[in-house]
Amino acid sequence: MGDLKQVLRREEQAIYRLRALYQSFGYRPYKMNKFEEYDLYAHNKSFLQSEQILTFTDTDGRLMALKPDVTLSIIKNAKETAGLQKLCYSETVYRPSGAYGGFREIMQAGLECVGDLDLFATGEVTLLAVQSLASVAGRYLLDLSHLGVLTGALDELTGSEQAKRGILRCIGQKNPHELAAVCREAGLSEDACKRLQALAKLHGPLPETIPALGKLCPNQRAELAELEGLHRMLETAGAAEHVVLDLSIGGDMRYYNGLIFQGFVDGVAEPILSGGRYDSLVAKLGKRGGAVGFAVYLDLLERFDRSPDYDVDVLLLYGDECNPAALHKAASGLRDSGHTVRVEQSRPKGLHYRQLYQFKEGRLEHFEEST
Amino acid sequence: MKNLLNIALPKGRLGSNVLGCFEKAGYPCPDIHASTRRLVFENPEAGVRYFWVKPSDVAIYVERGAADLGVAGKDILLEYVPKVYELLDTGMGVCRMAVAGPKDFRDDPSRTLRVATKFPRIARDHYGAKSREIDIIHLNGSIELAPILGLSDVIVDIIETGTTLRENDLAPLEDIVPVSARLIANQVSYQFKHAEIDRLCRDLDQFLAQRQEEKK
Repeated sequence: MGDLKQVLRREEQAIYRLRALYQSFGYRPYKMNKFEEYDLYAHNKSFLQSEQILTFTDTDGRLMALKPDVTLSIIKNAKETAGLQKLCYSETVYRPSGAYGGFREIMQAGLECVGDLDLFATGEVTLLAVQSLASVAGRYLLDLSHLGVLTGALDELTGSEQAKRGILRCIGQKNPHELAAVCREAGLSEDACKRLQALAKLHGPLPETIPALGKLCPNQRAELAELEGLHRMLETAGAAEHVVLDLSIGGDMRYYNGLIFQGFVDGVAEPILSGGRYDSLVAKLGKRGGAVGFAVYLDLLERFDRSPDYDVDVLLLYGDECNPAALHKAASGLRDSGHTVRVEQSRPKGLHYRQLYQFKEGRLEHFEEST
Repeated sequence: MKNLLNIALPKGRLGSNVLGCFEKAGYPCPDIHASTRRLVFENPEAGVRYFWVKPSDVAIYVERGAADLGVAGKDILLEYVPKVYELLDTGMGVCRMAVAGPKDFRDDPSRTLRVATKFPRIARDHYGAKSREIDIIHLNGSIELAPILGLSDVIVDIIETGTTLRENDLAPLEDIVPVSARLIANQVSYQFKHAEIDRLCRDLDQFLAQRQEEKK
């Protein structure tokens, strides 16, 4: 079989590692149908990253869609049992990419924990998010935010939905100057504006930022206690140094409600993991309890790897009058000693190899090192 | 090497002014003033690496992480809506996005308004908020020509002094949004180079405030 690490691309290795990680915590792999009825997405469009969905008509006339998202299917099919359901998946989803790109197939791995959630269950999912990042890269950070703190703080300040939307947009951009303009327009006090600017800027390790958040939002006691409990759990697990509190990471308030997080690895220019608590989606789909989960976007890892310098270790050339059986034996010998070997009559154009061998008169001759 | 901040500067007069501010705020780069054909200039002591790009490309370099920081006009940020942090309003390159047209223009709300612009999203958002039906004519330059030749009724464009408008018998009709140059940051760089970005942002803010103070 050889060393799988050499053969598997980084995203393929990641899938296996993540699956092993989630299963070691008792999450059950969930294999789902490639297609889903279009209605499911049509009713929950704003939960999706893009409203564009690939559709087709099934043999029985139903309008079907290629999954643009996994979470909706999992929640839709979640069983109504007491306790928790812990599920993990690695699936392909179909979404348009960028402003000019067409649809792309995107590999996703992730997990969902659905049912009677408590602090331990949320903490376990957060910890698994940190460990997921650790299993794909050396330098990584998980940003945490709590939508409950934000909505609570905003409700105290203003009743205007428009002002709230404006404030959240500015916090999402860490934009202090426009935040000031929005606050002026909404008639908020100078002090309230300064507090919101401080909330937008907040970024750092939990032991520093939770007390700072407590000063800025003293009335959100339950949420602060949740963050503190979470921090203690992460600290015990040795994961706290990779977790940062930052309220600028957003989520659609119609679906997400409590804790939300985004994961970053050094070298990939966009978040590679995102998730959080989305009880509102569960309720919207007519199920009981809450849900927390996340997805890792494995396609982003592709850009993380450097292309290998060589296509093959050994290029083995042979002439017209050569014994195929002997040639095969010689090539096998090289492969057994751990080389990748390509056998050709002449040098293929553009092929990069480490070493060149020639098979002549029943013997291997070493010619040159690398191209 | 690892922690140099990559900074995309917009080519042109605004970019030179911005560079001047970065340098005076404690991030100089003597190499950039030597006349060479090099494209990238760095000063490891100050922890910065500068490069010049087309102003409308700054946001792309930053969004995709090729630059950690950049300076881009608010017009570009509103038009392309890149996923970046907007950390600071430099107060430089101040102008406004506005609707302009013939100075005796009379709007007929019963007809579709033809709007020529380089900024289709800004125009659509502006008129969309008023539920006004418009026909967008996307041009890449010499926007002022459109209403003169009857290609459009009005234009949505950046107005700095209004001189070009006046000389062509056009006038500003309605302001949409004030525009100035903003310091933007890549969201992932903000995570991994947080201390450096935070320090630069503070130093620049301090320098700009001090300069503002001196002007008074």
